Amino acid sequence: MRYIPHTAGDVTQMLERVGVATLKDLFVEVPESVRLKRPLDLQELASETELLREFKALAAKNATPETHKSFLGGGAYHHFIPTVIDQLISRSEFYTAYTPYQPEISQGTLQAVFEFQSLICQLTGMAAANASMYDGASACAEAVLMAMRLTRRKRVLLSRAINPRYRAVVATYCRYLNLELVDVAVADDGRTDLDDLKAKLDDSTAAVVAGYPNYFGVIEDVAALAEQVHGAGARLVTAVAEPVALGLLKSPGELGADIVVGDAQSFGLPLAFGGPYVGFFAVRQKDVRGMPGRLVGETTDLEGQRGFVLTLATREQHIRREKATSNICSNQGLCALMATIFMSLLGKQGLREMAEQNLAKAAYARQQLSAVKGFSLVFNGPAFNEFVVRSEAPVAEVLTSLEKVGILAGIPLGEDYPELKDCFLVCVTEQNQREEIDALVAALQGGAA
Amino acid sequence: MTIVGTSGLVLNEKLLFEHSDPGRKGYSLPKLDVPSAELPAELCRQEINGFPELSEVDVVRHFTRLSTWNYGVDSGFYPLGSCTMKYNPKVNEAAARIPGLAGIHPATPSHLSQGILELMYRLQSALAEISGFARVTLQPAAGAQGELAGMLVIRAWHEARGSKRTKVLIPDTAHGTNPATASLTGYDVMPIASEGILTLEEVEAHMNDDVAALMVTNPNTLGLFESNIEAICKLVHERGGMVYCDGANLNALMGIARPGDMGIDVMHFNLHKTFSTPHGGGGPGSGPVGVTEELIPYLPGPGVECDGLGVDCDKESYRLESANADSIGRMMAFHGNVGIMVRAYAYIRSMGPEGLKYASEMAVLNANYVRARLEGVYDLPYKSRSLHEVIFSDKDLEGSCHTLDVAKRLIDYGYHPPTIYFPLVVKGAIMIEPTETESREILDEFCDAMISIAGEARDNPDLLHQAPIRSKVRRLDETTAARKPKLRWEEGG
Repeated sequence: MRYIPHTAGDVTQMLERVGVATLKDLFVEVPESVRLKRPLDLQELASETELLREFKALAAKNATPETHKSFLGGGAYHHFIPTVIDQLISRSEFYTAYTPYQPEISQGTLQAVFEFQSLICQLTGMAAANASMYDGASACAEAVLMAMRLTRRKRVLLSRAINPRYRAVVATYCRYLNLELVDVAVADDGRTDLDDLKAKLDDSTAAVVAGYPNYFGVIEDVAALAEQVHGAGARLVTAVAEPVALGLLKSPGELGADIVVGDAQSFGLPLAFGGPYVGFFAVRQKDVRGMPGRLVGETTDLEGQRGFVLTLATREQHIRREKATSNICSNQGLCALMATIFMSLLGKQGLREMAEQNLAKAAYARQQLSAVKGFSLVFNGPAFNEFVVRSEAPVAEVLTSLEKVGILAGIPLGEDYPELKDCFLVCVTEQNQREEIDALVAALQGGAA
Repeated sequence: MTIVGTSGLVLNEKLLFEHSDPGRKGYSLPKLDVPSAELPAELCRQEINGFPELSEVDVVRHFTRLSTWNYGVDSGFYPLGSCTMKYNPKVNEAAARIPGLAGIHPATPSHLSQGILELMYRLQSALAEISGFARVTLQPAAGAQGELAGMLVIRAWHEARGSKRTKVLIPDTAHGTNPATASLTGYDVMPIASEGILTLEEVEAHMNDDVAALMVTNPNTLGLFESNIEAICKLVHERGGMVYCDGANLNALMGIARPGDMGIDVMHFNLHKTFSTPHGGGGPGSGPVGVTEELIPYLPGPGVECDGLGVDCDKESYRLESANADSIGRMMAFHGNVGIMVRAYAYIRSMGPEGLKYASEMAVLNANYVRARLEGVYDLPYKSRSLHEVIFSDKDLEGSCHTLDVAKRLIDYGYHPPTIYFPLVVKGAIMIEPTETESREILDEFCDAMISIAGEARDNPDLLHQAPIRSKVRRLDETTAARKPKLRWEEGG
């Protein structure tokens, strides 16, 4: 076995040193009654060649943006991934290291996380960010829990315009915490309905959660939300599933958000059927000690050199146990590194240019699609790179017929929004060439409807 | 003895932001092929204050230099107890990067994602076989999230039966995530003081009709097999509770014994420990959860289903099944850390059934070999047979040195230190988990270093107090870091 270096001679000598006769004797504390008395029923091992052949055969059965023209978004985005990222994260000093518990030999990870935290602060307009969370949805759930702890209130309002899967994860996390989750309606422009929000906000409300942009690609009026939410003494949580938008949009922090969470998958992470992605989590200065997750801070060593350490650990499970701010132990270290490299490469100009391209491509697609007979746009609020299309023909039939010509046109919305059962969500990024958009339009015109 | 650690040329490197120069560019995008568009000006920001401007060369050199300040499994021996820092096979990395696996969107319809669904189905089936559980969900992102999923499942089962139990029993040797998870599930934690392994009497004394579950780790964090586990599970079940197992230490048991056969009801796996996926400097991990038949309805969803007979079923028959009404719901926005699942499945395929069992045997042999070589030099608080890890303490260390000093001195010798000061029940704990991927040669060199350090502690304690001296930085001021937290770079700051 190429991963196990022991020779037969080693095993004999080691057993002798340990003072047992056979390998079985090492397991003397495992009662006979629970021992497995047969070999595991698994496939025989595959050689490296066989394994790659097998995996490539599985891969060939999947549709990807390389095999299909893809307009799928909804919280996972097909964006440009610079070659540099995979080259750098393949440095095994990065990917084969553990959580940086020994800072003297983990400065690479620690400095990179400090840079990640700094970049997320700049992007979101917030004072402090943690070392990352599992994904945008779990970050959103942790934000709700944090707001509940800070306000000591038990009611949370969730805009129906945030990603429905984020809402579902919030519900899972809060399932037995005696918390009331209330939906806030969507207005005609695709934004959170401010009147409905006003009606539901009260002095027991811990937090209000809204997207930015929201699930329908519409840009919420965060300032107006913040004004209402703060008026009730609650916290505004903004969930950013598509952070490329922040290359162009005012930061949620500037507009009054109290906790900004989201997913940085758009920043250089492959789609990978939904993960691993990387959640981010940013707060105002006053709330730093109430945050979940790992935090890296700057300090100095014995000789006065700058260095970085994991800090404020007294919030965490390994110290506080049942009184911790969260049960989270890991972060998404390597994914956070990918996002950090991405933001470093794109920088101030690049992220803006990329955001502008997304905006322009989606605007072009929206305009072209809205002219096709049998299809219409649902929301008229300002949008970024996604939008909702209503179809006169049944959505399932439309999408299936487009698949047959190699187009993944969008995500049907009926399952999550019964009132939008005749609608699908279309995403257009800088990766979609004009020809692809034109092909989508032509296919819809040509009888997909 | 050859000391592995030495000092080479160590390069300094500023923060990204300190390299930034206006006008530098590290990217290229295609020319825009559609008319440009604008948003209302009041929605737009001017620029992202502080965001860097760097060339591609700047960025590559920056992160390459940072990487050299790290120590990974590929750098050397990493005996971090309870973390199973085994070698991360390279073919796993290649497999996860195959475009048809890395590039698939999570909302792709099932009939166009049969390959990835089949892989996930095969992985969950393999994990079920290895652990003895009826069903495995792959959704949780990490061990701690797996614990949460598992404890929510247990609570949902209780609630469905109208049971309003409020407490969870947790031995004091448990990982901190266990009590934190129980809390997040809305339970009160009742710690059990245990002496080595849990006895039936201890559990019996605490197990009443207000206790929903017992959380155990097996082998436990002392590296000891919970030999009374069958009787304990039977008792907990008789009194209406469930048994959760933290699967962090499964690396001792593959092909040897299965938690599902011991009476355990729920267990999470750590694919980043037992199944060789890289730790990535803190993640991403993956924390699938296995359950007994009775608990299947409560698992998070959607899960991968197959209309057929396991791996032999029809090509077109894998699908994502929406969660049923009893499910605890969704843990993640999509289907979990699929890229990690691909690596773990590649590992299982590379090892085969005999290979996995042999891995566990060699992991246990290695831990016992280290124990045999260091017993008598370092205090061994628990004498029963160790499994995959061994716990020493600093009790027998002469002079003024403690566990922390030994750990820091190991860095100078070129090793990653073991886990220290955990489990909490051992004062000054030194928790060594060699894993199976280390040779006798490496173990001997490491043990020589440990013995040498014990001698230094006696003869020249200052060497330990000053350590490490060969690393990029010396000991860091953690007190000031926590007292006046500086968590981000700021212009002019």
